[in-house]
Parts: sequence; C-alpha cells; structure tokens
Amino acid sequence: MSATQQAPRRPAGGGGFGPRGGMMGSTMPAEKSLNFWPSAKRVLGLLRPERALMILILVMSVVGVTLNVIGPKILGNATNIIFEGVVGRQLPAGVTQQQAVEALRAQGQTELADMLASMQNVVPGQGIDFDALGRTLMFALLVYVIASVVMWGMAWILNGVVQRTAMRLRREVEDKLHRLPLSYFDTVPRGELLSRVTNDVDNVQQTMQQTFSQLLTSVLSLIGVLGMMIWISPLLALVALISVPLSMVVTAVIAKRSQPLFIQQWTETGKLNGHIEEAFTGHTLVTVYGHQATSEAQFEERNEQLFKAASGAQFLSGLIMPLIMFIGNLNYVFIAVIGGLKVASGQMSLGDVQAFIQYSRQFTQPLTTVASMSNLLQSGVASAERVFELLDADEQIPDPAEPAQPRHTGGRVQFEDVSFSYSPDKRLIEDLSLVAEPGHSVAIVGPTGAGKTTLVNLVMRFYEIGAGRITLDGVDISTMTRDDLRGQVGMVLQDTWLFEGTIRDNIAYGKPGATEEEILAAARATYVDRFVRALPDGYDTVVDEEGGNLSAGERQLITIARAFLSEPSLLILDEATSSVDTRTEVLVQKATTTLRSDRTSFVIAHRLSTIRDADLILVMEDGRIVEQGTHDELLEAGGAYSRLYQAQFVGAFDDDLADPAAAPAAAPLAP
Amino acid sequence: MLARLLTVYLKPYTSLLVAVVVFQLVGTIASLYLPTLNADIIDNGVAKGDTTYILQVGALMLGVSLVQVVCSVAAVWFGARSAMGFGRDVRAGIFTQVGRFSAKEMGRFGAPTLITRTTNDVQQVQMLVLLTCTMMVAAPITAVGGVFMALKQDVGLAWIIVVSVTVLVAAISLIISRMVPQFQRMQKRLDAVNRVLREQISGIRVVRAFVREDEERARFGIANDDLTDTAMRVGRLMAFMFPTVLLVLNVSSVAVMWFGGHRVDQGDMQVGSLTAFLSYLMQILMSIMMATFMLVLVPRASVSADRITEVLGTEPSVLPPVGPVTTTTSRATVELRGATFAYPGAEDPVLRDVSLRCGPGMTTAILGGTGSGKTTLINLVPRLFDATEGEVLVDGVDVRELDPATLHSIIGLVPQKAFLFSGTIRSNILYGKEDATDEEIWDALRIAQAEDFVRDLDLGLDAPVSQGGTNFSGGQRQRLAMARAIVRRPEIYLFDDSFSALDMGTDSRLRAALKPITRDATVIVVAQRVSSVVDADQIIVLDDGAVVGAGTHEQLLESCATYQEIVASQELVEAA
Repeated sequence: MSATQQAPRRPAGGGGFGPRGGMMGSTMPAEKSLNFWPSAKRVLGLLRPERALMILILVMSVVGVTLNVIGPKILGNATNIIFEGVVGRQLPAGVTQQQAVEALRAQGQTELADMLASMQNVVPGQGIDFDALGRTLMFALLVYVIASVVMWGMAWILNGVVQRTAMRLRREVEDKLHRLPLSYFDTVPRGELLSRVTNDVDNVQQTMQQTFSQLLTSVLSLIGVLGMMIWISPLLALVALISVPLSMVVTAVIAKRSQPLFIQQWTETGKLNGHIEEAFTGHTLVTVYGHQATSEAQFEERNEQLFKAASGAQFLSGLIMPLIMFIGNLNYVFIAVIGGLKVASGQMSLGDVQAFIQYSRQFTQPLTTVASMSNLLQSGVASAERVFELLDADEQIPDPAEPAQPRHTGGRVQFEDVSFSYSPDKRLIEDLSLVAEPGHSVAIVGPTGAGKTTLVNLVMRFYEIGAGRITLDGVDISTMTRDDLRGQVGMVLQDTWLFEGTIRDNIAYGKPGATEEEILAAARATYVDRFVRALPDGYDTVVDEEGGNLSAGERQLITIARAFLSEPSLLILDEATSSVDTRTEVLVQKATTTLRSDRTSFVIAHRLSTIRDADLILVMEDGRIVEQGTHDELLEAGGAYSRLYQAQFVGAFDDDLADPAAAPAAAPLAP
Repeated sequence: MLARLLTVYLKPYTSLLVAVVVFQLVGTIASLYLPTLNADIIDNGVAKGDTTYILQVGALMLGVSLVQVVCSVAAVWFGARSAMGFGRDVRAGIFTQVGRFSAKEMGRFGAPTLITRTTNDVQQVQMLVLLTCTMMVAAPITAVGGVFMALKQDVGLAWIIVVSVTVLVAAISLIISRMVPQFQRMQKRLDAVNRVLREQISGIRVVRAFVREDEERARFGIANDDLTDTAMRVGRLMAFMFPTVLLVLNVSSVAVMWFGGHRVDQGDMQVGSLTAFLSYLMQILMSIMMATFMLVLVPRASVSADRITEVLGTEPSVLPPVGPVTTTTSRATVELRGATFAYPGAEDPVLRDVSLRCGPGMTTAILGGTGSGKTTLINLVPRLFDATEGEVLVDGVDVRELDPATLHSIIGLVPQKAFLFSGTIRSNILYGKEDATDEEIWDALRIAQAEDFVRDLDLGLDAPVSQGGTNFSGGQRQRLAMARAIVRRPEIYLFDDSFSALDMGTDSRLRAALKPITRDATVIVVAQRVSSVVDADQIIVLDDGAVVGAGTHEQLLESCATYQEIVASQELVEAA
C-alpha cells in the first residue's frame, strides 16, 4: 500500500516512475529513524569522495535557479513594453508623456494619470516598440535556454555522483558480509538481513536520487523567488509570505492527523498480507481442516479494516494538494487585487504584477516539494540507519599478522579442553577433548541439539572457541589464517547450497581454475556424471538455489563432487536424511564413501548403519561426549549408543542385527 | 483485461465515480475561470483605473477559489473511497476464488505468485484507479477546458498551443519510450544483484568453507557494475526530463509574448487577454505533462490486471456437490476404485488405475520413489484433487457426493511439509479441533512426542509461533503438526511422509504412542523407507503412478520385483 509513499514522490519534476514501483507493497512503512541528524550527516559523508563534483553541482544549481528566477521578471518587462505601447497609442501624437498626464488629471482621471506617470517609455501616439520587445524576449529566451542547459548538466553530474555512491555503498555492504562472524548470521534472521542488504540499500539510493536534486533546487528557488518578490514589491511579498506559514500549518495539521491512519494502514496491510500468505501457503490444511469459512471471515474483517484505514489515510493525504492549491489561489486573488489597485494608482507596473503572480506560483510549488520530501527523507534515513548498523556490526577477529603455516601432514585433529557456547548464559560444549588420527574417520551421533554440527563448525573456525585449543597437524588453528585452514578442509553440508549457474560451475566451485578433466573426474567419482548425462543440457544445465529440475539427492551429489574436487586433507560430512529417493541415496552413500577413503573425516551421522566401520564413534548429548569407541565396543558397553542403535534397527532389514526379540519393546514401526 | 477488470469491479462505485467526475469538472472549470477574471481585472479595472471594479471581481475570484477547493476535496473523498473499495473488492474476489481452488490449481499457480497477485498486483491497479480519480480525470478536463478558454481569449494564437503541445508530448514520449526498456533492464539487474547477495547469505558456510570470498566479491562486482551502468543510463534520461519540460514551457511563453504583442498592437487582442492566454497555455501544458506521466502507470497496471484476471478466471476443478450426502454408513473406510489422475494436457497420468481398500484398525503404507504418485494418491482422499477416472469412497460414499464439511471432519492429515500458522502453540493445535480442552491438547502433544519441549517453553501452550513456524526446528514443527491431527481423533489418519524430519528415537516412540489411539481408525502412511513400513497391514508399492505390488512385507518380498529392488537398494544404503 505504498500509494501514500508514491503520491508525494511524484512531484511535477517527474522522477516518479522509478523502479521502486516494482517492489510496491514489499517495502514496509516509512519507519522513523532513531537519530535523524547524525544518520543524515553520515549519509552525506558517503559523498565525500565526490566532494569536488558536489561543489560544482551546487554552483550549477545556483546559476540554473537564478536564471530561472529572473526569467519571469524579464517577461514582465516585455508585458510592460506591450502595455506601454497600448497606452501610448491611445494618446495623441506629438504631446509628451508629462502633458498627457496633466491632460488626464485635468479630466479628473487621477488614477489613470498616476499610472501613466509611472510608466517609463511611453511615447504618445506610438504603438508597441517591437525593437525593445524583440530585444527583451531574445534576452528571456537566452536566459531560459542557458538555465535549462545548466540544470540538465547539473542533473547529469548529480546522477553520476548518486549512482557511484550507491555502487560504493553496495560494495561496502557486500564486503562487510564476508567479514562478519558466522554468529551474526545465526542471530539476525535471514529475511531481515536480506532486506537490509537489498531493500534498504536500494531505498537509500532512491532517496538520494530523488531528494538531492529536488531539495537543492527547491530550497534555492525558494530563496531566489523570495528575493525577487521582495525586490518587486515588499508589500505583495508580505502577502505572499503569509501563505508559507499557512501552507505549513495545513500540511502539519493534516500530516499529524493522517500519521496514525497511515501507521494503521501499514499494520493492517501487514496483517492482511500475513493472513493471505498463511492461507495460501497452508491451503491444503485450510481445506482439509475445514477452516475455509473461518479463514474467509478473518480475511473479510482485516480487508475491511484495511479499507477503512486506507481510504481515511488516502483522503487526508489527498487533501494536502487541493488545500495548498487553494492557498495558492487565495494568494493569486490577493495579489491580483492588490496588484491591480497598485497598478491603477501608478505605484506598480502591470508587468511587475504579472511577474509577481508567476513568482507566487513558483513559490508554492517548491514548498510542497520540500514538505513531501520530509516523508521520503525519513524513510530513506531510517533505511540508511539499518545499513549503517550492519556496517558497524562487530567483525570476526582478524587473522594473525604472522600466521602459522599449515603442515599438511595427514590431517590430525585434536581438541584440547575445548569450551564453547553461543550465548554466555547457556553453555554448550565444555572441556571437550578428542583426537582424530590421520586417515581415520570419526562419526558423531546423538540427538538433535546435542552439539554435533557445532563441533565440526569449530574445526572450520566458523566460531571462536571460549577456552582450550584445536590443532590441525599440531598447529593451533587460531594461529593460521582462516583461508589456509579452510583450504585443507572439504565440507558437505546437510542443506545443499547451489548457486544459480551451470552444474559445471557449481562443481568447479570446489577448486578455482579446475580443468574440465578434473571436473569430469570428480563428477564420475561421485556419480554425478550418470544423471547429468541424462539431462538435455548436460553439464551446462542451469540450476538455481531452489534446485528446479534436480532432486534433493542429485543436488547433494553435486555438493559432494564439489568437495571431492577440492581434494581436502580433512573432510566434514553432514549427512542428508530427509526425503531423498532411496535409489539416489544409495549413490549418495557410495559417493561419500569414495570421498572419505584415505582422509581424516568427521561424519555427522543420522543413520547408524553408515558408521559401523568408523574408526571412532562419538556419542554426544547436551554438548558432551558421553561415549566414544568403535561400533563393537560401544554395542558391548550397552550404553546410549546401543540404545540408539537398537531403536533404529528393530524391524529393519539387517541380518547382522542381534536377535530382534531382545530389542526393547518400545519400538514398533508402524502403528 | 485491465478494462474488463475495471468495469466489473468498479461497477458498484459508479455513483461515486460520477461524483468524482462532476466535482473534478466543476473544480477544473472554477480554476480555469480564475485567469479570465484576472484578465477582466486588468482590462476593465486596471486599464480604466476603476478600483471598485477591481475589488468586485476580486471578491468573485475568492468565491470561485472556494468552489474550486470544495470540489477538489469532494473529488478526493469519493476518489479515495472508490479506489480503496475497488482494491478491497478485488482482493476479496481473489481470496475467495483461491479458497475454492483444489490442489491442482494451487499447484498450477503456486502459493507465492498467488500471494503477489493478491497483494502487489491489486495494489498496482488500485494505485492507477486512485491517481486517475484524483489527478488523471482533471488532466483532460483542464486540457480541453484550457484550450476552450484560451481560444475564447484569442483564436489567433491557437497555433502556439498546437505547436507547444506537440513538442511537449513528443519530447516526453521520446524520453519515456527510451526509459521504459532501460527500466526493465534495470529491474533485472537489480534482481541479479539481490540474487548474488541472497546466495551469499544463504550459502555463507559454503563460501567460507571453500574459501571463495574473493570469487564472490568478483561475482558481486560484475553484477554491481552492470546495475550501476544501467542505473546511470536511466538517470541520464531522467536528467533530460525536467529541463526539457521547463524549456518547452518557457519558450512557449516567450512566443506568446512576441506574437501576442503583435496582435495587441494591431488591436486584435487586449493586454489582459494576453496574460490570460499565457496562464491557460501553462495550465494546458502542465495537465498534459501530468497525463503523460500517469500513462506510464497503465502498462504496468495492465500486466497486473492480466495476472489478476487469470486467477479470477480459473475455474476450480473440485466443486462441492449439489445435493451433498451428510451421513455415512460405515466407519473409517477408504476405498479407491480404478482411480486415475492426470493433469490437464499432460501426456502421462500421475496415477493410473489405482484400487485399494483400507478399513478400521488397518495401517496401509504407500511406498515408492519420488514422483511415483504417493502424495497425489493420499490427496485424493480429502478431495484435494478429484480423480479424473474411477472413484474414491470414504465411509462407503463417493467423496464427490459427500458434504465437504463431513468429509473433512473425519480426516486428520499431516502434510509432508509441516506448516504452522502464526499464533500460539495452543491456537495451532486448536486448528485441529476448535473446542479442544487443555487436557486434550496436552494429550495430543504427549502422543506426538511434543510435550517435553512445549513444557520447557516459558509460556507453554501460549508460546508464540511465528509465521511458518520458523521459531521451531523442523522436527518440532513436524510433531506439532502431528498433534494438530491427533487432537481431532479422526477416523482416517493421513501421514504424508511425516516421519522423515524426526530422529529415530522420537520416531519409534511416536509410533508406539499412536498405536492405542488408532485402533479403530484407518491409517494411511506415505513412506520412503522400507524400515518404516514393515509392520503395516498392507503395503502398496507405487511405481510411476501404478500399483505394482500390494500385500504385507513378506508377501511383497516374494512376489513384487519393484519392492525387492527397493529393499535391496536400501540394504545397500544400510551397508554403504
């Protein structure tokens, strides 16, 4: 419902149909900024690299506005010449202006006489002086043409400044993303973060683009026009000036009254959209649980609320334009009358009145522009604030200045009394120690939330540990650069992340500059080749985040190929469990086995069957390792692992399984 | 499409719209009258030195201004009401229509686009209506009226109007026509920048794990440069706009003064008329400029209107029966007789000739690979789809003849993707049974293995659930979704692969807890893994939409090749 945002943003200057229109409704209300002035100053600070151009823009604006401002005065002179010609023609030829004035006075027409007396170039008996008119109009034309050219040049340069500044801001934001610690991404909801780096940055750019030029020219015009008005007639200027506070009061009063309605409109819009989203996404449930009628009733109610708030808000905000116009018209009437009286009494020329009328028109327009900009500025600065907040967020600890070199001696990983927690008030991992020997595979099992994923994330140094140390081949990983550390580790995550690009590019992501042979070899080793060949575009098939034409299993295979290609000395696998087609899953299993051979590996296992041959099994619960050992040892111990194992395998097809009758009774598989 | 949508949905507002036009007409005439009065002041007051006349006409001008503002305010009032009312009605129209859609139509459109169509697209068209009412209507009236009034002042200068209007329209159209494709390109490039950022955020672990920050920076750099490049072009075109318009306006005034001066000199025209003519010309040009800018909205609104009309024009494929059956004879039975389902125009049916029978106390498992038609089969029971051939009977009655309320009241469905509504845990469970007591709710949570974590929440049942349930883990969501079905105590349970997000311990405990309450119910379970279906009373094996085997685990092991294949593949998985 951003009609409200749009309408005032469509001033006569016409930058109104920006791309913003495309996201209407998705941008949220023009939130108030918290610290308007400091933030606004910082936005201006973004322009520092363009300082010289900004000064040029300022100069050009002054020139352009001045020229535009003196235009009506020149046209007023032209009117005077015409009017004087008309008056002159009516006078008998041969007499002087002075004689004509006296003759009029003698006839008792004192007012006409006064007016005539004030005229400067009346030649009785002569018509309009077209030479003088031509010169004046040529001058006006010249002034207008130069004004337009200067204004155009200014807009051109300003556009460059704004676009470059926006580009720098986007780059800065993107750069920042790479320096933020992972914990930042965990704490800030993804949608929120996305909205900051996209919508808010975009809003800042739009605001800069729309406000800078208009605000500048509007303010300058106001000053210039006011100056001209005072120069022509201080009395009329006073009359015109009364309209300023009047307009402001009207705008303020309406804005104050419409503000709560707008806020209501936004909240109602949000609620309604939320309801629509839920009703459509949960369509199946709404239908099957028979909630169609309730849902519709709720919708009707919210829709009606929105209608009420929106039509109220639109009406009130729609009032501003007619009312300001009305004030402008009042102005016009007063100036026409007072001006008329003054011309008639010879205190003022007709041309000046005409010029004045034009000025008073030019006066109200920038006034409304400035008034409507305030909304836009508020929302733009609020967006800037959110962007700055991101830019100011704490970064991850920088890499050591003199980093230790990785040793590449087979990938021995050791945890020494490691403690870690995501938040200070809740401990997760405490005093954890473990050793993964080179070439060994370490399986981690345990219920959700036990800290399995956290453990491997610490190896990657995605998070900083609280106490203790982790070493890779004897080197403390916090003394290495992150790049060196991660360069030795390959990771396959549970959520298969592919970027929009071809399958080839997605595999090649594992190793920059990989040759076609290497990519194909990796694809073959991980069973990617098989299904890719069946695709019409083969390796050139474009995939995206959502995966489109690939199944979950196939996507997983691609990420495995990617890890395979990177030839890591240490491997981390977070196994996928969810609805993968069983036949594809066989391939995934085989591929991971290929990948694991001869490498130190950490496997987060969801299916115990896959880890029986692990060299070491860690059973985690609540951040602690409650059991460790090989499959056989742990089964024998009859602890947590054996309970988990039996729960999973009762009724499954496993010939190796100990007597099913011995399994606990609590595990029937289908009700 | 735009025209049709407007005609249909603006019809209830005809009288309001007529009021808008009338008020705009009167208001515009009033504002057009002002320069004439001003000319009158100059020609009959100032030129003759008649101060009384000046004051009289001044009072008249004041009155005219008053009429003008009253009319404008009234027009805004009626305009806002009709535009917002129009938006409300279209939204309601789409919402109701989508509510009648079956899973087939939902699948065809997809929820995200339907949401956009109900919100953004309606917004676009509504905007157009609003701006038309408040500004656009006035533009042609001003233009026509302005021309009329200007000609009344002087016909001899008419050609200046023609020339300046032509030049203005040509200049603006030229700039806009070059700008529109650039805008589209810019939108695409903006999308590209946002896509890279989105990918970087969602794939942050992968980017870091593979040490690809530099490549990502480069990738973003290209997208950023592309965007800046196009934005620069658009901005440059935009920079032309204002000075050009200003130039046309100013040059026309100079022309009026020069040629008007000659006419005044020849006595064809009065000085006051010259001033008035100038005012009218400005008003004409301004209104035309406004109209041109507004016209830019039309293509976009018309695309939106097309998208809206498409939804409104889609007939739901599942329609409620005319004389619905509200009582059933038997209890908790589901029967499919030769049920076939195909999407319209599709070559191969998703399901072909499926027959099965489930009775009370019986658990039926449906097994098959992805795309084998399992979900479609289960969706036939609550009539999310209608079988294109054959029939589906619930409690002995063809579902197409059953009252939808009756049908849905005996079914408890747990969809593949656990979906929670925003609200509280309580409100989500109550979704299954509106009048459930706290005791019943806790009971359902206990069976669904959700009791522990709900008890751990500070607010318990009143703990907030955010939209989509994102503040709960996948497993927790799944268990709450189960509780929602369980609290209904339905005759028929439909579990669409609902156990996959649970870890194995929870899975088995849940199954055990379900057993007593499903003793008299029919349970249909869609599954991927053989291990989760061995105990089922009957297993239906689907392959490519057809039943290739039905029976118990032992029977199928002996008789069904596909089943053996699946079992073998999973044994491989187990052993890998």
